[in-house]
Formats: sequence, structure tokens, C-alpha cells
Amino acid sequence: MNGLFGLLERLVDWFADPKHWSGFDGVPVRVLEHLEYTALAVFIAALIAIPLGAYIGHTGRGGFLVVGLANGLRALPELGLLILLVLLMGIGLLPVTLALIVLAIPPLLAGTYAGVRNVDRAVVDAARGMGMRELAVLRKVELPNALPLILGGLRAATLQVISTATIAAYVSLGGLGVFVFVGQYTRDFPQMLAGAVLIAGLAGAIELLLMFVQRRLVSPGLQPNVVRRGTTG
Amino acid sequence: MNWFLNHIDLIVEKTGQHLVISLLPVLFGLIISLPLGWLAGRNPIARAVLIPVSALLYTIPSLAMFVFLPLILGTQIIDPVNVIVALTIYTVSLLVRAIADALSVVDASILAAATAMGYRPARRFLAVELPLAVPVLISNLRVATVSNISLATVGSVIGIEGLGKLFSEGFQRQNLDEIVTGVVLVVVLALIIDLVLQLVGRAITPWTRTAVKS
Repeated sequence: MNGLFGLLERLVDWFADPKHWSGFDGVPVRVLEHLEYTALAVFIAALIAIPLGAYIGHTGRGGFLVVGLANGLRALPELGLLILLVLLMGIGLLPVTLALIVLAIPPLLAGTYAGVRNVDRAVVDAARGMGMRELAVLRKVELPNALPLILGGLRAATLQVISTATIAAYVSLGGLGVFVFVGQYTRDFPQMLAGAVLIAGLAGAIELLLMFVQRRLVSPGLQPNVVRRGTTG
Repeated sequence: MNWFLNHIDLIVEKTGQHLVISLLPVLFGLIISLPLGWLAGRNPIARAVLIPVSALLYTIPSLAMFVFLPLILGTQIIDPVNVIVALTIYTVSLLVRAIADALSVVDASILAAATAMGYRPARRFLAVELPLAVPVLISNLRVATVSNISLATVGSVIGIEGLGKLFSEGFQRQNLDEIVTGVVLVVVLALIIDLVLQLVGRAITPWTRTAVKS
């Protein structure tokens, strides 16, 4: 137990040391790098997956493709893919972003598809009956109703990308994984641990932020735990 | 392909290690999450604790988990036990919620019928509720297993054995063949085990297909 407390003390010291908070390899720079990889990959993945998922969900054509793709890509080892792309393209932003996009597409695609597909048919028919054109049905009715599942997919995708972006450091690309790998290489366990704390903290913080966004964006009628009041009186 | 043929022994060894570190967690996870899921399914207080804690544990990235666990378990950083425990935690987080949800949607009239037939709670759980939850359980087990097989490779970046070693060593040697072999093996392994689980699921739930027969 003494060893554990000693270690925690050195962990606190690591965080208290001002030189870990400045310069090109300080914590803020690494956090920003990490967020940059994450945001870029999730953004591009969303640009591809949300329209595609919405189209497939709206028309109902190609649903098997979404399910198959989502399952198949889950089996793909991200570390192997990243290293493969780095060896083929050289070290740079492109291979990391590509690997992370591949990771982020399945949850976004599956979430959007399931969300649009599961909108109550009566609601969609009512929208058509009111004279809405297909695009308006999708934009004004299906997508807002699908929002909880789309944002659920976005959260899952973001979490996986943040988690996986840690291995970018393994191929010399920075991000928060750097502290873990440099710590291990120099046998500096407090630094490794500090890296792990930062990674877990960032993942938790982003997850909370997205949960908050989800609560703000989703229509009150679609929130869980809503008590639907009868229309009496 | 040449690399693959010249290293069959190595590949068999790594595949064996990989199966141990990725499938043991599925077994342990299932054993742990059944009682926890059952508890969360029937007790609102247990649910209010277990579900958020599972969600929280699930957000911890694997690399961070591999660093935290030696601290708690007193293991070395390259000990495969860390990966086994980490993947067990992920499996439990996924399954507890799934089991709780699956159990809570079992039709109340079915439960009442079982009770009226004289089933005591423990036996009713094993003979009635659990079998009805099997389809949901299997589909979540498949997700957990496939992601475990893929996630277990991450441990190799801090020196843990398994098929991930083909990635870390392939990177050091700049050996494209070795990495491609590793990727293909992991995907094939995941798809085979996924298929096995799917078939097991079908075999143990014959009643889900009777309606389709004509």
C-alpha cells in the first residue's frame, strides 16, 4: 500500500510540475492534438455516414448493407489498420484520420439508419398527407424524430475515436498517448499513469458534454422519462 | 503470403494467446453479469447504481485501462492478466445493461403463469426468464466478443502478447506482409467466433423459429 501511495504522490507531483504544462510537448498541446484528430475524423465520418444512413433509412433500400458493414468493421483491428496505413502513406495526419474515419462510420451509420427507419410510419404518412415532399419529410419529420439515435451514434463514434486516437502516438503522431509511450520507454510509471488519467478524463468529459448537447437538442417530446400527459380538458 | 507460410508456428502460437486473452473475458463477463443483470433488472436501486457505473467504466479507453489495472491488481504492465481483466470489465458493462433490459421486458403474464405453476424465483429465472432473454443476450455477446478480439490487439503497443504482436513487430520491421497477415487473421477469427455464437444462439432457442415453419 505504501508503494501505491508513493506512486499517487508522484502522480500528483507530475501534474503539479509546471514544465509539463508548457511547450510543444506539454499537456495543453497534446490535448489539442488529440481533440483535433478526433474532431476531424468524426466530422468527416458524419458527413459521409449521416446522409447515407438517412437515405437508406428513408428509402428502406440497402438496410442489410448497413447491418453487415457495422458488424464487419467492428472486427477490423484499428491498430493494424493504422500501422498499415502509416507504412503505406508515411507518417502524417492523413493515415491517422483515415483509420479513425473508418472507425467512426459504423456507429454513425447504424444510428442514423435505425433512427430514421424506426420513426413511426403513421407520423411519416401524416407528413406526406399534409403535402410534404420527400425531402421535407426527411428533413422536417424523420431526422428530428431520429435525433436521439443519431446523437447516440455520434457519442459512440466520438468515444471510440478518442479512445483509439491514443495509439496515434505509437506511430509518432502525438496526442495524449505520447505520455503513456514515453513513460513506458523511459520507465517513468508516474508519467504513464498521468497519460492514462488524461486520456480517461478527456473521454469522460467529452461524453458528458455530448450527453448535455443531446439533452438540449432533442425535442422535449422525445426525451426519455417524459410523462406524456393526456389531452383532457 | 510467403511471410504467412514461413511463420506458421509463430502465427499458431500468437493465435492461441490471442484466443485466451480475448475469449476468457467473454466467459468471465457472462458469469459476472448474469447475477448483476438480474439484480439490476428487478431492483431499481441496484439499477440506479449498476447501469451508470457500467457506462462510466465503458468510457475508459483501453490503453488507459491497461495502465490503471497493474496499479490495482499489483501486476506487471506487460502481464496478460491486465488485458483479460480490462476486457472482462468491458464485457460486463455491455452485458449488465442488456440483461437487465432483456429481463425487464419479459411479459408479466408469462412470469405469473410460471409462478402459478409452482416455479420458485431462482428456478423461474433459470427456466423461464433467462431462456426468453437469450436472443438479446446472444446478440450482445456477439458484439462483446467481436470487439474483444479486435481490442485485444491494442495491448501489444505496451508489450502484451497475442496477434497484436504482429502489428507492433511488423511496424518495427516495416514488414507489410506481417501486418496484413495480422489484420486478416483478427478479422477471420472474429467472424468465425461470431458465426459460432450465432449458431449456438439458434440451437438453444428452437422456439424462435417454429413460427416460420409452414
